[in-house]
Amino acid sequence: MLGAGGGTSSYKEIETTDLIILWGSNARNAHPIFFHHLAKGVRNGAKMYTIDPRRSESAEWADTWLGIDVGSDIALSNTVAREIITAGLVNTEFIEHSTSGFATYAESVESWTLERGEEITGVPADAIRSFAHDYAKARTAQLCWTLGITEHANATDNVLSLINLSLLTGHVGRWGSGLVPIRGQNNVQGGGDMGALPNKFPGFQDVTDPDARAKFEATWETSVPVEPGWHISQMIDAMESGDLTALYVIGENPAQSEADVGRTRKLLEGLDHLVVQDMFLTKTAKMADVVFPAAAGWAETDGTVTSSERRVQRVRKALDPPGDSKDDIEILTMLAGKLGHDWELQSAEAIWDELRSLSPMHAGMSYDRLEALGGLQWPCPDENHPGTPFLHAWLWEDPMPREPAPFSVVRWVPPVDPLADDFPIRLTTGRRLDSYNTGVQSSGYRSPIRADAVLDMTKEQAADLDVAEGQTVKVTSRRGSIEVRVRIVKGLRRGLVFMAFHAPDEVDVNRLTIDAWDPKSGTAEFKATAVRIDKIPEG
Amino acid sequence: MPESSWSGAEERVPTDDHVAYGGFHGAASRRHLLLPVLHAVQDSIGWVSHGALNYVSKRIPVAPAEAYGVATFYDLITTEHMPARVARVCDDVVCKAGDGNKLISDLEAELGPENTANGESMWVRSACLGHCEKGTVAFIQRAGEQALTIAPATADEIAAVLRGDSVTTNTPPVPAPFFTALTKAHTMGAAAVRNEVVASGIRGRGGAAFPVGVKWNGVANAPGDTKYVVCNADESEPGTFKDRWLIEQNPFALIEGIAIAAFAVGASKAYIYIRGEYREAEDLLASALEVAGSDLDVDIEIRRGAGAYICGEETALFNSIEGFRGQPRQKPPFPTQSGLFGSPTLINNVETLAAIPGIVTDRGAAFAQIGTEESTGLKLFCVSGNVGNPGVYHVEFGVTTRELINLAGGANGEIQAVLTGGAAGSFLTETQLDVPLTFEDGRDSGISLGSGAIIVFNTDVDMMEITHRIAEFFAHESCGLCVPCRVGTTRQLDIVGRMREGSDTQTDRRDLDNIGWVMRDASICGLGHTASNAVESAIRIGLIGSDA
Repeated sequence: MLGAGGGTSSYKEIETTDLIILWGSNARNAHPIFFHHLAKGVRNGAKMYTIDPRRSESAEWADTWLGIDVGSDIALSNTVAREIITAGLVNTEFIEHSTSGFATYAESVESWTLERGEEITGVPADAIRSFAHDYAKARTAQLCWTLGITEHANATDNVLSLINLSLLTGHVGRWGSGLVPIRGQNNVQGGGDMGALPNKFPGFQDVTDPDARAKFEATWETSVPVEPGWHISQMIDAMESGDLTALYVIGENPAQSEADVGRTRKLLEGLDHLVVQDMFLTKTAKMADVVFPAAAGWAETDGTVTSSERRVQRVRKALDPPGDSKDDIEILTMLAGKLGHDWELQSAEAIWDELRSLSPMHAGMSYDRLEALGGLQWPCPDENHPGTPFLHAWLWEDPMPREPAPFSVVRWVPPVDPLADDFPIRLTTGRRLDSYNTGVQSSGYRSPIRADAVLDMTKEQAADLDVAEGQTVKVTSRRGSIEVRVRIVKGLRRGLVFMAFHAPDEVDVNRLTIDAWDPKSGTAEFKATAVRIDKIPEG
Repeated sequence: MPESSWSGAEERVPTDDHVAYGGFHGAASRRHLLLPVLHAVQDSIGWVSHGALNYVSKRIPVAPAEAYGVATFYDLITTEHMPARVARVCDDVVCKAGDGNKLISDLEAELGPENTANGESMWVRSACLGHCEKGTVAFIQRAGEQALTIAPATADEIAAVLRGDSVTTNTPPVPAPFFTALTKAHTMGAAAVRNEVVASGIRGRGGAAFPVGVKWNGVANAPGDTKYVVCNADESEPGTFKDRWLIEQNPFALIEGIAIAAFAVGASKAYIYIRGEYREAEDLLASALEVAGSDLDVDIEIRRGAGAYICGEETALFNSIEGFRGQPRQKPPFPTQSGLFGSPTLINNVETLAAIPGIVTDRGAAFAQIGTEESTGLKLFCVSGNVGNPGVYHVEFGVTTRELINLAGGANGEIQAVLTGGAAGSFLTETQLDVPLTFEDGRDSGISLGSGAIIVFNTDVDMMEITHRIAEFFAHESCGLCVPCRVGTTRQLDIVGRMREGSDTQTDRRDLDNIGWVMRDASICGLGHTASNAVESAIRIGLIGSDA
């Protein structure tokens, strides 16, 4: 593994690279800002592949769409790896110099012939072959992915299998070639960077590392629990077991966003105490004992955000928040006061400077520099450092300053929720262009292209089910059922249907999804649900 | 038919479930097909719907917004629903001098107002359609059928075609060509051919009068393996029709000239960019190319314009061929260094290229003997308006405008004004009528020869209306790329409009002067540089305004 944290590349790289791979991502709809950088790359002559069960709006821009079956990503990546190896297209020099474990890895993918790859993924062998060869031969390549890779019960293995491909070909650690997990909000990256992870301090310093602990405890003048905390899927399990009885939710809407949401809601209702801090009175907030109305991060507060290219940028307050709502800093400081800690209300910049004193990768990022340079990309260890456009350049240094990057043996396993005679159809979920997540921030606006509360299927599938566009059907999974109107689209196939999750009040798609989660990342399997679709008898 | 439902097939094929090909890789090399494809849609359907535009965008492919930008740039491509048959009826300056206004009022009486769909048909007014020697003219687009030109046109004839009456068109037979000059050129060698062109002293006939030999040597000597020859047949200057006439008379002279030029500069691909309203001439050229094709070393392709005056500007023409909006480029680099598709490109006017076989056959020195020292050879002049025999006159450089008018049967009635060089030219004073029409005399006395248009107006013509029409023409044809021209042509029209209504203030006069000055000084291309010529000269010599 190369180490957790962030995407390796700058947006500028995708604008100039030779090959773009969008794997499990409909960035054109879900990450439109990133996609406009990608579109520049396409315009500049890059070749593009998309790998996605759906021929999504992004796939329409691709030179080749590989329509894999849901949950067969590792089957595809292992097949691609074997093809690169057997065709003699591996970057031998890079593998010998910068990686470890190649022999074991090569052996582990040996059985993934093109034929087997086609059988498991559904993608024709010659298309897989072309993809493998194009990736291996490209001068530079950007391998990008989003939730189609990570919202699976084997999310971490999915990511590792992609890292393997970059190690095989040397498409990492140099300008133009990299691994790019695209982030869905302007500050998802920043949330992790700032330590909103159960096992990390700000700057990805491990809470179990004694030196890190000592440093933070000295500055914070308090002791920090030795054990890592829970991630959200663990919290839900802990609510069920009764270990978690009080919950403080900041800017999240779990009552609508979690997989198997019926269960989550029941557990939230069973809590002793629920506190929600949000801009809107979300469904979760409506269940809360106490609601703290929060200011809008992008217009009513000062601070920083960090984008997918690890660029820390300033956000500036333009308006006073309405009514009683307050900046998060102020809410937290007041709360601390009520809990017996007399914190001084500090400016965003003062808090940022404290962060810089504790997080080496942010140390060089003063507000003045962020302002003057239009943001800086971490790591930026001191005030003379220009920031880091791409990560892992050390892989190409001689001698290597660190241990070589290991290949990971990853095994393909089918989705946790298997297809069967009574649940023969695969449902996958995703986003649309004009709506955002559970709709908290977007459903208040009208849109001429909104189609949130529908079940997408092809006309062939509709004919099999003897249903027509607009007709309401009953969709049932092993966990629950919902009723939803049918919409006919082209980008799917028989046995594969799609729903967005933007309109949970109308169509509660997460009643269907499975809450099996990846033990390594804590992400739930939103992308692969087995369902049955029934006509609703008339009258 | 497309092989996959992803590229337009009706039914899915099994592989469609798991793989699709398309995308933009290599799209740049197909972008040049955009305008021909839009033409094909427009011709068969009568307009380009958003659905069609999306489909075209996917198949080329090109970003839909860019395809929309291109489609909406051209008058002959419409992205709004249009009736199946649309008559574009000339109401430009030459037609106004003749029976044009009567035709327009006849049409209003017979078919109702312009730009109003009437069942499956509609009529609209149009800028000059380049048939000025024949009188009134209409160009009729017909969905699913060949577009056609009627000249001279009557309201009854136009109405009949708009009703859907069948029209018999007879394409004249194309004789077998004799490419003797081309054969001679091959014997002489490329450098010797260029030397003859230099020796002939011929200057470009498109209006800019650049020494042709210099251009040819420039392209021949420019670094680069791929070079192009482009023939500019986008003849759109009001009152100009010589290129169309030349093609109709002898398409092979042009084809032979292009072949010699390609040989002389080292190009293996040539384009003829012909204005979109010249369908009959285009067909003739296409037939001639079919007959001639196998005898040529150069691949000559016809590209059809789509109703944009600006595309006569050489770099705008390149952009149009390349599938972009037909807007001019900054120069330098000049086309001889970086022209079509970024390669060294020789671009010459039809008349220039058609003169080349003669120069090769008779030698450059013989050509240089004709005309004057700086203006060698014969020149085609388009004499139109109120004269006895409007038409193309092939004369030696050095005749005067008055002589040309006499040659064309003299003026009908008393001459009120003469416009040379078309809309981009200027009105002559009485004394200028006796200045020899040469590049050097024109330069010295402020007469623009331009493309060779000479339009005569008698005292029955409302010169205010004519000047206003010219101002309207430029406001419509400005491509909008640079501010001086985009804003200037519209402001000029505003002011001329006020003058037409009887207002003539010092402020407006001063503004017109400033607008003209800014457009001449700061526009990117010749359209803006010349857009104020006619208006300014009309005021200067008292054709319009309170002095008139």
